[in-house]
Amino acid sequence: MTTKPSFHLLPMPMHSVILFIAWLLLNNTVAPGHLVLGAFLAIAIPLLTSGMQDPQPGFRKPIATIRYVLMVIFDIIVANFEVAVLVIGPAKKLQPAFVAIPLDIEHELPITILASTVSLTPGTVSAEISEDKKWLYVHVLNLTNEEELIALIKHRYERPLKEIFKC
Amino acid sequence: MEFWIELVVSVFLVVGAVFVLIGSLGLAKLPDFYTRLHGPTKATTLGMGCLLAASVILVTYQQGYLSLHELLITLFLLITAPVTAHMLAKTAMHHNLEILDKTSNKALTKRARDRINP
Amino acid sequence: MLSTAIVIATTLVCIALILNLWRLFIGPGRPDRILALDTMYINSIALIILFGIYSGTTLYFEAALLIAMLGFVSTAAMCKYILRGDLIE
Repeated sequence: MTTKPSFHLLPMPMHSVILFIAWLLLNNTVAPGHLVLGAFLAIAIPLLTSGMQDPQPGFRKPIATIRYVLMVIFDIIVANFEVAVLVIGPAKKLQPAFVAIPLDIEHELPITILASTVSLTPGTVSAEISEDKKWLYVHVLNLTNEEELIALIKHRYERPLKEIFKC
Repeated sequence: MEFWIELVVSVFLVVGAVFVLIGSLGLAKLPDFYTRLHGPTKATTLGMGCLLAASVILVTYQQGYLSLHELLITLFLLITAPVTAHMLAKTAMHHNLEILDKTSNKALTKRARDRINP
Repeated sequence: MLSTAIVIATTLVCIALILNLWRLFIGPGRPDRILALDTMYINSIALIILFGIYSGTTLYFEAALLIAMLGFVSTAAMCKYILRGDLIE
């Protein structure tokens, strides 16, 4: 870890905002005392912990990020109905499969977000990632077409992430 | 209590509980570990989301102010469910758990286990 | 109507818990049992939330949040322990 050349009051602004909101949600209030205490914690905790963080690419585009989050929430609901139908239906009709998906994005944070999205949405669970972070192994509950699934994940989830993180 | 709030809360509660049940049903009846993993990670997460949404609506109506702290549990479960699923899949691969015979690309588990490219 | 919905929801969640318990007993491998325990803690959060709605208090929110956090940490710890044990062999 290199020493910091200058002192920043907010070394991790995103984390500060999340901490502040989480504190207010935890206490379920917007009373002035909790606003002050939350602001203090939101400044103090990142100052204490910023030295432990690995540098990650930041969120470049807020609007694209919000659109991505809304799309994922919608997809979670749709995928849940599909998985529910598959679970209730006869288990003999299922065609489980392992699929390796080539990754274009780099860095740990975008890959983690992609793997989490893949686990939550289209009937897939991310199982493992290759050592060089170029391939994502997923398990599919009911595979109909391998190329279609890879194209769906790359087109629908990976491309927006690539745009958001510029990598 | 107004009728439509009661209706919305009741629908959310029953739908959420049905999804929780479907997740556990998948855990109980599906044939191998990797397929079992799908039920709890997806259906249970949405079920909990529905139950907590019902709680948010009801408490907001009863107390008279916006009460969002149940959202914290929803967010927490939404973030941790994929992590748990990933770690369990990893554990299962390292244990060489038996895989259903009709699974296609079964050989990929060996490559994934050693984290090498396919 | 709401009290009926709460009773129905609680019944469904209890059936889900029994199914999890069954998987915990028969589960062929250790990962199956960890998965069953993981689902059980999520379902018990559901039960606590339903009890909170039933009794009309928000007191149980902290308990639910604590179970969510400790459950995740314990699942991660158990997975890590099994993975490490296997790796060292």
